[in-house]
Amino acid sequence: MQKYWHVIKIGLANTLVYRFNFFFRVAFSLIPLLATIYLWRTIYRGQTGPVAGYSLAGMISYYLMVTIVDTLTAVTEDDWQIAADIKDGNISQFLLKPINYLAYRLCLFFSGRLIFTVVSLVPVALFIFCWRRYFVGPDGGLALGCFLLSTFLTGLLQFFMSFTMALLAFWLLEVSTLIFMVFALEYIAGGHLFPLNILPPVLARVLSYTPFPYQLYFPVGIYLGQVKGPALWQGLLIQSGWVLFFFVLARVVWRRGIRKYSAVGG
Amino acid sequence: MTPMLNPNPNPNFPERLRRHAAIYLALWRNSVVREMSFKSNFLLWIVVELLWFGLQLSFIGVIYLHTDHIASWSKWQVVMLVGASHFIQQIFQAFFLTNCVQLSELIRTGRLDFMLLLPMNTRFLISLRQVDLGGFVNAASALAVMGYAARQLHLVPDAAQIAGFLMLCVAGILIHYSLMFLLASVAFWTVRAQGIVWGYYSLFNIARNPDSAFQGFFRAFFTFAIPMLLVANVPVKLLLNLGSPREMLWLLGMVVVCFVISELFWRFSMRHYASASA
Repeated sequence: MQKYWHVIKIGLANTLVYRFNFFFRVAFSLIPLLATIYLWRTIYRGQTGPVAGYSLAGMISYYLMVTIVDTLTAVTEDDWQIAADIKDGNISQFLLKPINYLAYRLCLFFSGRLIFTVVSLVPVALFIFCWRRYFVGPDGGLALGCFLLSTFLTGLLQFFMSFTMALLAFWLLEVSTLIFMVFALEYIAGGHLFPLNILPPVLARVLSYTPFPYQLYFPVGIYLGQVKGPALWQGLLIQSGWVLFFFVLARVVWRRGIRKYSAVGG
Repeated sequence: MTPMLNPNPNPNFPERLRRHAAIYLALWRNSVVREMSFKSNFLLWIVVELLWFGLQLSFIGVIYLHTDHIASWSKWQVVMLVGASHFIQQIFQAFFLTNCVQLSELIRTGRLDFMLLLPMNTRFLISLRQVDLGGFVNAASALAVMGYAARQLHLVPDAAQIAGFLMLCVAGILIHYSLMFLLASVAFWTVRAQGIVWGYYSLFNIARNPDSAFQGFFRAFFTFAIPMLLVANVPVKLLLNLGSPREMLWLLGMVVVCFVISELFWRFSMRHYASASA
């Protein structure tokens, strides 16, 4: 166990180097967010009553919560680094060392997220403070607890999915296009652009059979009370199922990839 | 460079123009060869861009399921705006984006030094080194969407409107370029300028929003300081018969301002540049 603790420490030190990069990234990402919020405010102004079951405060809070969950769980550099490790032959050393590459990357992911969250804390908190009039609290203590649990599962799901995607570098020369395509799907089907339950019911239902909503929408929905009752427990179960599925898939793909691996330049 | 580009130490203006045109032609040829050697990759990147474009359009589609106007903008007007914004962004990407992003890499590796030695305008070479041909394909898809939206709006723009639209698009592209180049030049002072460069990318997103959805400081800032709310809105409004001469003049004026600022900053950076390998 102790070796992974070291990995986390190394990860922290490594990502600290990028703190300004992270800071700019967060600060700049708040500008389009601001634009989206203004856009919705303008829409509500031309409307009487809620839009698709969301009050203006509910809608703005949705985007604010998306920002928080995204900060805590999004995969930013990990998939590129994994693909690069494979392409450049860097993973050869992991095959020789008594260390599990998946666990190693997971430790780096956690330490990266920790630094990113700390760096984001001030700008995001300031931003939310400016919108506090529209920021609604969690839908009760149970919702808050389940939200935290679900956010943790979201982090794992994001990581295992990205890890599996990046492993395709064993077979393909270029994975960045694929990564961007999946990212685009996650962006819309995960609920980044808008809450998924404002979609036509048929579409929302189709999406619920994919892992995407569990990458972002689901925890935010819990927090806002959009998901509750039996749907909450069922959803948490499905989310855990997806995490397990992608964990197993990541291991299977890894094992097959290693067999294919020929240590280019290693 | 090729032997036909015989460097004359004090060329006159037409001679310099001719030489730069010849060099640019060679750069184009290079880019075509490069793109064609990774054909599947070239096609996949087009798919990626199409996907992101579709995503923006579906966002508009979903919003208009629940409302029939955003401020004064109807659905197909906004679709046209998103299309125009994509068009401008893609043409900008085709000519300039990769080159601007690579500036920090040129500085870090010291390759910039070799470019400074070449008998030509360095900014010209850095800005136009590579052409991203996929950008033109994507720009065509944006035009197709705009055409469809225009039909839904029963708009038939006349030749003057189309010419004006294209001219204003060029203005928008030059604004994007000047601002991006300005930000990329920050790399002369800090090697890790990528955060800033990619930050500008998120500013792009503002350009596709209808201007009247915003008010107060936000609107003023992105109109007068960083004219993102003009770049796509002004050309589209001309097509929608909502054009205002004042806004058009302002957009054209901002091109000059942005370009001059970026050029001054570039010259200032050059004076302070002490090669990375030194």
